[in-house]
Amino acid sequence: MTGMKVQELVIISGKGGTGKTSLTASFAVLAAFPILADCDVDAADLHLILAPTIRERHEFRSGNEAVIRSADCISCEKCFDVCRFGAVVPGGEGEAFAIDPVACEGCGVCVRFCPVAAIDFPESLCGEWLVSETRCGPMVHARLGVAAENSGKLVSTVRSEARRLAEENKHGLVIVDGPPGIGCPVIASLTGTSQALVVTEPTVSGEHDLERVLKLAQHFGIPTSVCVNKWDLNPAMTAQIEALALRSGARIAGRIRYDNGVTAAQMLGKAVVETEAPSAGDIRLVWKSLGL
Amino acid sequence: MILAVASGKGGTGKTTVSVNLARSTGSAVQLLDCDVEEPNAHLFLCGLKTGSEIVTIPIPEVDESLCDACGECGRFCRYHAIVSFGASPLVFPEMCHGCGGCTLVCPRGAIREIGRRVGVVETQEVDGITLIQGRIDIGVAMAPPLIRAVKSRMNSKGATVILDAPPGTSCPVIATLRGSDYVLLVTEPTPFGLHDLRLAVDMVRELTIPFGVVVNRMGVGDDRVHQFCREQEIPILLEIPDDRRIAEAYSRGELVVDALPEYRSHFATLLWNIRDSRRSQS
Repeated sequence: MTGMKVQELVIISGKGGTGKTSLTASFAVLAAFPILADCDVDAADLHLILAPTIRERHEFRSGNEAVIRSADCISCEKCFDVCRFGAVVPGGEGEAFAIDPVACEGCGVCVRFCPVAAIDFPESLCGEWLVSETRCGPMVHARLGVAAENSGKLVSTVRSEARRLAEENKHGLVIVDGPPGIGCPVIASLTGTSQALVVTEPTVSGEHDLERVLKLAQHFGIPTSVCVNKWDLNPAMTAQIEALALRSGARIAGRIRYDNGVTAAQMLGKAVVETEAPSAGDIRLVWKSLGL
Repeated sequence: MILAVASGKGGTGKTTVSVNLARSTGSAVQLLDCDVEEPNAHLFLCGLKTGSEIVTIPIPEVDESLCDACGECGRFCRYHAIVSFGASPLVFPEMCHGCGGCTLVCPRGAIREIGRRVGVVETQEVDGITLIQGRIDIGVAMAPPLIRAVKSRMNSKGATVILDAPPGTSCPVIATLRGSDYVLLVTEPTPFGLHDLRLAVDMVRELTIPFGVVVNRMGVGDDRVHQFCREQEIPILLEIPDDRRIAEAYSRGELVVDALPEYRSHFATLLWNIRDSRRSQS
């Protein structure tokens, strides 16, 4: 197909727990034939609503980790001296040293400088990524291993698989549930996307975190909209946040009311717009304003 | 005691618990805001700023007059932060972890290290609470170096230190939790809350740190979080009711213990419960 470009909407928030996943699930229902991608790889929740049937599982290997062979270690302390990450645990008197896998960043400096080559450097298994079928369309998601690194690379893998599926199967839209924060997994979710929606809440934290995440979106030149969830919790703060969003060059995508129906829908494993919750109408308006 | 407040899911109330607990300890306490991507504790504790320091990580700088373009640095770097294409190498600062490997492997000593700014650490004093927070610069991907910089200002001798962790279970959280004596996992009684609590429990067990749970927004959802904790023999140390007044006080940047005095005893008890739980788990 020539001329067809896959649109990609990324839902982020800066602050955690503002309603990204609840909103993403509703968009999944409202969109026509989307591909879904859960990029909150260290606390992925979208599957709890969309109940995917897993079709494919892939191991995610990324980076390496140092492992000292204790039988060959001469306790010379060289590894301890060169490691910048505090990952080398000294042994007792004359005993072998060890690497704390949680602290090791896989740089390989100790491996290179061990005078007796007693340090192995195997590839590390950091998690898995999955391709599934849901009632709203295909979904790519992932599980990061316990205390594993490289969440940014796993996010990039999930996103590029989702885009590949969209292109192969002629889906026009990928909807991405993003992670909180502004660091590596968020940057990996945001770079090169066609638009971002920031979900915030009318609190001092929501405002503060929105300002930082909008700067990040601007830094990458991403067209961005903002919606305030639970807006009636503090109407004055909502107005203040919308003014901030406009000043930062973002669009306003609407307001969603404080509604216990959101939790009630979650308990039923349904998207909010699949229920009669009062906020369902607000969510439909936000979706419409995105023009997708 | 070094006490870390964490959660798998974001927005469950880590900062609420951290700041109200800090206010309730009644003695000198350090509160370290390790959520350096989105630090929020300072919004609830306005005090006198006593310090601000720039944090850098070491990145390579190549002296072209010494470099013979052998390419050893680029072959060594696992992060593709220094790349050599038959000419003097190019450095990509945002990819660099600061391991120092390129400097060490360069056979001609042509690489030295310079500091790259990644953020700031700020200190303020508020009524017996020393708040130390990290704030990562926009566009910087790696939070752990800044978290380590915040933690290096910790003084735990005899005093209580509270670490407010970022959400999730990946490297920034691990960098925060390492070395702490006890972890409080804050959750809410919903399917998302339970799912992310399970992940967080796996993480703290991997780190072998004693831990307990705080259930926030009690009254929404169901009792599956309680069931899980019972089955896993995890102590629930505090339940905070789903009270819209708490959400409203939070929205204005007020401490729960100031705005709603009836909750003061909740946080005072929490501290005792943590001490008991820590004793029984060690």
